[in-house]
Amino acid sequence: MTTEPALESPATSARTQSAGRNWSDRVWKIIILVLLIGAAAVSLFPLYWLFVTAITPASATVKLPPEVIPSNPTLDNITNLIQLSGTGGLRVLGLEWIKMPRMLLWFVNTLLLALISTGIHVLFDTMAGYAFAKRKFPGSNVLFWLILAALMIPGQVTLVPLYLMITQFKLVNTFAGVLLPGLADVIGIFLLKQYIQTMPSELEEAARMDGASEWKTFTSVIVPLAAPAMAVTAIFAFQRYWNAFLWPLVVLQNPDLFTLQVGLSYLYNSEFGTNYGLLMSGAALASIPMIIFFFAFQRYFMQGLRVGAIKG
Amino acid sequence: MAKITRFWHRYKWSYFFIAPSMILFFLFIGYPVLRAVVLAFQKVSLRSTEWTGLKNFVDVFSSRLFLDSMWHTFVYALFVVAAWIISSLAVAALLQPFSNRVQSLFRGAFYLPYVTSIIVISLVWIYIFQPEYGFFNWVLSLFGLPRVLWLQDPNIALWSLILSTILIIPGTGVVLYSASIGSIPRELYEAAEVEGANAVQKWWRITVPLLKPTTLYLMVIYTIAGFQVFERVYIMTGGGPINRTTTIVQLIYMTAFSDFNFGRASAQALVLFAIIATISFVQFRFLSTDVEY
Repeated sequence: MTTEPALESPATSARTQSAGRNWSDRVWKIIILVLLIGAAAVSLFPLYWLFVTAITPASATVKLPPEVIPSNPTLDNITNLIQLSGTGGLRVLGLEWIKMPRMLLWFVNTLLLALISTGIHVLFDTMAGYAFAKRKFPGSNVLFWLILAALMIPGQVTLVPLYLMITQFKLVNTFAGVLLPGLADVIGIFLLKQYIQTMPSELEEAARMDGASEWKTFTSVIVPLAAPAMAVTAIFAFQRYWNAFLWPLVVLQNPDLFTLQVGLSYLYNSEFGTNYGLLMSGAALASIPMIIFFFAFQRYFMQGLRVGAIKG
Repeated sequence: MAKITRFWHRYKWSYFFIAPSMILFFLFIGYPVLRAVVLAFQKVSLRSTEWTGLKNFVDVFSSRLFLDSMWHTFVYALFVVAAWIISSLAVAALLQPFSNRVQSLFRGAFYLPYVTSIIVISLVWIYIFQPEYGFFNWVLSLFGLPRVLWLQDPNIALWSLILSTILIIPGTGVVLYSASIGSIPRELYEAAEVEGANAVQKWWRITVPLLKPTTLYLMVIYTIAGFQVFERVYIMTGGGPINRTTTIVQLIYMTAFSDFNFGRASAQALVLFAIIATISFVQFRFLSTDVEY
């Protein structure tokens, strides 16, 4: 009878099976990897095209075939843009401080606005988040519910009233007009409240027993412990202010006061609108800081997304 | 009096801590929201104000342009939300077999386009869609296909806007889905394997149902974002050609800052709010379940 090698021994069979499985697993993994790289390439293509066009000589951007890999990389576009965008004065607090090429001016304006806004924003949000999380006071529930309710209201609803308000206070065409309404924020308060709530109260009480003032307790106990959540809030706030468009567009009319995003849209509607090399070099200048920022704080970005999701 | 002093003593610091945020909140969110409601019933110019009852809303709903822009916005949101959910779920699922390092590399890659502004990305798309020298028409020409007027053809422009949105797979979705898939306990799959479930069954019976909370969250935020689409419309088409890409927010912007009809713009914004709130409510109603595992 053939009880013999028609069937392999259990051991060999297991081995060949797992080897076969390993092999097909690996093939699958490679196929999946190729798919993923393809998807990522499509997603990243506009960014790639932005930087490639930015360093392609302007004449080559209106030729066929397009240079998918730049043959003569150049920084002419950005230097031309800086020269051609005109000069303007940096105006802060009603005074003109220094004259510089508009493109750089827009960069400085954006940076100033984003940094100041982010700083104030994070400080106020942390203070409010702390009060809502750790201190019970009359009205705290009502106020917190109002804040939650405001999360649902789209920004377009307040657009016109805010514009009328800014007009009334003669803040059209000023940094204050851009800055002030943007400081009102609900999501940051919510995020910080949720985070501070999970922190133990012992340290805070110990500081108070040692006779620290309430403000001192806040700055020396709460702030260090809440730093990770503050960082997440700061990063998303900075990104939002840096990329803000509609509100600055509505408030600012003087090109010297433009932010980068408004400036880019202005350039596109100007005589340079079809000079793609020039336009893309400006767009690249506007996005490089955010890209560096992202790589520096990638972990916080990812954390922030998940924290945001918890509330859903 | 003593009571007030005691109250003050006890709570002054609490009020001190919330005061800055609350003042900003009431000044720049609370008051403007109420003002928007009032404005919607008024005829407002920079000089004068008069009450007009429901006239703004009647005008809004009897305006062909508003109904068109509602339709454009609806089509845009529908396709973008569907494509974004499917693509980010697919990418997150495909990422699972890889090590943490590879996964986080891909997550970063998919999130990267979203750290740059929509203005920047839209300017690049304008160049990609450019009829003569644009990348897309060049690719079509390689296959011997005729030129497409991506942003200039009234029948195509809206689809180009949708295409430009969905070709960039949303980083948030990829990050959240891959975190959620990663947190599904392995035992569930092992138990299913013991009972002879194949990969397709495991996907539809375990993975997809357990991802429902993430799907709901993403659907709600993507729908809200879709209905608020503005910047790419403003830059890429300005609502044209012949208003065929005008979306609700683009129309609000034009009504307020080209026509200076502030009352009607406020009415339009409130209608937008009502639409968003209704759709979010319906999504919560039909999709929310308490998942436990």
